[in-house]
Amino acid sequence: MTAREQILGDIRRSLKRAAGEPPLVEAAPLPAPALRVPLTDRNLYADLFGKKFENLGGKFFRVRDAAAVVPAIAELLSQKSAVASNSPFLRKCGITGLPQVHAAFTDRDELKAACAAADIGITSADYALAATGTFVMLSSHNEARLVSLLPPAHIAIFPRSRLLANLDELLSILPRPADQTSSMVLITGPSRTADIEQILVRGVHGPGEIYAVIVDEE
Amino acid sequence: MKAPETEIQQAVDDPRLQLAIYTATRRLIDHRAGVVSDEVLPHYQDLRNEANAIKKHTIENLDYYLEQLESNVIAHGGNVVFCRTGQEAADFVLDLAKQRGVHMLVKSKSMTSEEIHFNERLEKHHLEAVETDLGEYILQLAHQRPYHIVAPALHLTRYDVADVFTKELGAENEVVIEKQTKFARGVLRQKFLQADIGVSGANFLIADSGAIVVVENEGNARLSTSAPKIHIAIAGIEKVIPRAQDLAVFLNLLGRSATGQPLTVYTSFLSGPRRATEIDGPDEFYLLLLDNGRTKLLEDPEKRQSLYCIRCGACLNHCPVYRKIGGHNYPWVYSGPIGAIITPQFHGVTEDTWLPFASSLCGACAEVCPVKIEIPKLLIKLREEVTEVQRRQGAGDLERFAFRLFAWIATHPKIYLLLASLGSLFFPIVPKIGPLKKWASQRSLPEPANQSFHQYWASRVAARRGSS
Repeated sequence: MTAREQILGDIRRSLKRAAGEPPLVEAAPLPAPALRVPLTDRNLYADLFGKKFENLGGKFFRVRDAAAVVPAIAELLSQKSAVASNSPFLRKCGITGLPQVHAAFTDRDELKAACAAADIGITSADYALAATGTFVMLSSHNEARLVSLLPPAHIAIFPRSRLLANLDELLSILPRPADQTSSMVLITGPSRTADIEQILVRGVHGPGEIYAVIVDEE
Repeated sequence: MKAPETEIQQAVDDPRLQLAIYTATRRLIDHRAGVVSDEVLPHYQDLRNEANAIKKHTIENLDYYLEQLESNVIAHGGNVVFCRTGQEAADFVLDLAKQRGVHMLVKSKSMTSEEIHFNERLEKHHLEAVETDLGEYILQLAHQRPYHIVAPALHLTRYDVADVFTKELGAENEVVIEKQTKFARGVLRQKFLQADIGVSGANFLIADSGAIVVVENEGNARLSTSAPKIHIAIAGIEKVIPRAQDLAVFLNLLGRSATGQPLTVYTSFLSGPRRATEIDGPDEFYLLLLDNGRTKLLEDPEKRQSLYCIRCGACLNHCPVYRKIGGHNYPWVYSGPIGAIITPQFHGVTEDTWLPFASSLCGACAEVCPVKIEIPKLLIKLREEVTEVQRRQGAGDLERFAFRLFAWIATHPKIYLLLASLGSLFFPIVPKIGPLKKWASQRSLPEPANQSFHQYWASRVAARRGSS
């Protein structure tokens, strides 16, 4: 008997269920999904996000349009090396054209080496959650996983329209994220640990510094 | 096995350790309290009820959801491996590593892997498994098991950590926590970039998506699952939940209950290897579904709720016993109230018979459990089972004799009165010297009254007669 057969067999014997039997709902019904989306004015999301994000230790910028992005973060980028994702929005904001920014990676190993050496990783964000100050990143040809992870600092630049109320709204828009991507990650604040004496230290394995730039007009 | 009384006494007598446990759990208690209050999370109790209902439904139909999970993982290009035991899980990893020529793997924190002594099993066959969660890494170097489900190195100070890094890695003796962290980051970063296999646990398995969810704060789980070419996830079969949308319930509870975070820093939702158009991520994905005794817990309809646990650790933080005796005095990797109910069920009630009794049944654990496991009720049930087994083994004969004797005495008033007056005469000294010494040492006994009720009643009746 294979391990699979034995485990499923043991489960069915204990639960008194037959193979292939659909879920029984009488004794233990499955509640309908409970998604709670607050009825807040969407125009307030950017400010709410900014507040939550800064409470977590991030730094928040809000600019009027794409042209204002580079001037806003110029100081952050000076004397630093950066890797940018392939997001079209970053191109639109003029990030990929900057001399210190390496971009347009398509090879995994080259990207990994570049991210391991860079000071800053620059990405967009597919969504952002106002209630928790969270970036939502879906891995794709536009967004690699490692850009927001290996460098010690991470900047996410995204239009205001990508802001959602909270996790519940995200799950109502993406009821099955796995249909689109092998990796959806929610990033809520800088990498942190409190494993030694409960003392908070930022930047243990992921970026210790994170920045959000919200662009009002797309 | 008997309770490790000497070790427990040592833990209780160690002021440094007591302070460490007390401060850490106090902080976790406060952080949790701050994010589940009515003002911040008015529907907290609804979430707990929903979480309990979803877990109940899933566990009652576990075979169905495991098969659904399996077919969806395969649909996304992943592989599912059922493992009856820890040895089967380790053997699978060893075989795969051999086939791919891998000599080192990186690991993110997983209680399930601790449970099966995963690293030791691999190292026996010269496959190096590097723990990458800071706390777990320190413990691996110090050859210790986790002290707490979510704060594994809670019992160690910065000085202990400095000693471990110096002794095991030849590092300079550094006692500044930020610098210790930076040092570990540097060492482990190299491991992440070199390793060809990354192993993770899973907090949830999503049946309708064929996905796993991993929550963490450091980024080591993201690195373990994204940088190497192969990702292997090990999870107990009870971790499955039906739908991705159920995460709205569970993620809102897990971080809050564990560390007081509305969401942990990273929540990774992973399914299969990287897709054709994705730039990075693993080429191969394996999900190891582990039984290791879990199917045994399903038999009893009441006790199977032990499998609802999402390993938040809140019951440990709030438990007056855990907070006094610490994590290492529990017989298994799962400590605290949840450990006290699952250990006897995994290992058999005859193994650590003392464990279900090591509780004051105060109920704090059940009050904070995000999935509403009735821990005190299960402790009592396990006590019954332990007692029943011991009765069958002939234990408790003395106790039964004592009660029969008492019944006889109580139905013979003259003898009862005689013994009662003798009892109150000798009461002050008997517990201090007799066989009750140990029992009495933990309890404040009531002083016997100067006058027995019989005497009082007789004098009252006499007084009434006198006045009438």
